[in-house]
Amino acid sequence: MNGVLKKYRNLVIVLVVLIGVSLFNLEFGKSVARITTMQLKEMLFVIPPIFILLGLLDVWVSKETMSRYMGEGSGLKGVLLAILIGSAAAGPLYGAFPVAAVFMKKGVAFRNILIFIGAWSTTKIPMLLFEIASLGPRFAITRLLVDIPGIIIIAAILTRLVGKDEIGRLYEKASAQ
Amino acid sequence: MNTILYAGTALLLILSFIKDKAKTKKALKKAWKSLENILPQFLVVILLVGVLLTVMDSEMILRIIGADSGWLGVLLAAVVGAITLIPGFVAFPTAAMLLQGGAGYMQIAAFISTLMMVGVVTLPVEISYFGKRLAVYRNLLAFGFSFLVAYVIGYVEALV
Repeated sequence: MNGVLKKYRNLVIVLVVLIGVSLFNLEFGKSVARITTMQLKEMLFVIPPIFILLGLLDVWVSKETMSRYMGEGSGLKGVLLAILIGSAAAGPLYGAFPVAAVFMKKGVAFRNILIFIGAWSTTKIPMLLFEIASLGPRFAITRLLVDIPGIIIIAAILTRLVGKDEIGRLYEKASAQ
Repeated sequence: MNTILYAGTALLLILSFIKDKAKTKKALKKAWKSLENILPQFLVVILLVGVLLTVMDSEMILRIIGADSGWLGVLLAAVVGAITLIPGFVAFPTAAMLLQGGAGYMQIAAFISTLMMVGVVTLPVEISYFGKRLAVYRNLLAFGFSFLVAYVIGYVEALV
């Protein structure tokens, strides 16, 4: 019981503050409630299948297979796969983090995990189509062309910055889950 | 898009179930455990987003990032994009509307880029998976990179 309480402590604090503010400003409370419901619907739509897919991946795909395709020695194949999987994804960026954690557990190279996150955040195919429709092909394609090398370079810089020791610790933590 | 996601997940789940019931059960248990682990943080984030979007409307955003707001406008647009978390299907039409309303391409590009790559409100979630250092570095690098994106898109759009 105590564990549950601790886990939801922040949520309770935020809720109490919001309700308090809403007592003085009803419009504010109404708007927050409306937007939150909207986002919640999106989340409840996208998040459960992602977690189910992750569960399946965890159970069915062995670490050996996964690291053969995307591990340290996987070279260009791993990079391309990371971009492809990230681009085919659905949902907001926070959906990518649990996927990344399972990738770590499965021995995917750190660089490829970062590339995957970058692709998820910027080069999602369904979003790209939507971007073309809203902002025009010139805008969308230019952004895509800058972003693809960008996420690869950012992944390389991050790998250097963080260092082997910390990467090792992150992998250990993910494996313990 | 959601239909594909659901259909795909259902198909794989059924295949998995036919092949091995015990393994499928284990997969579902794992799915629930990891979802339940992160759920409280997700909910906090979603509430904060509700607050942010309530405080900032498109009129206010437009005042900050007009076409002649220059690099300061780009910086502010990048900051707004970094702290807000708007789903793409809302963000792109909003951006198009802001462009028509007089926002500049560079500013909009910075806004879209940080919106997608940088997540200040989702930082706690990111930290819980990746640790503080990596999460902070990633967001900082993505933030800086967005200025390059803004510059290139501003340049390309000005060619026409």
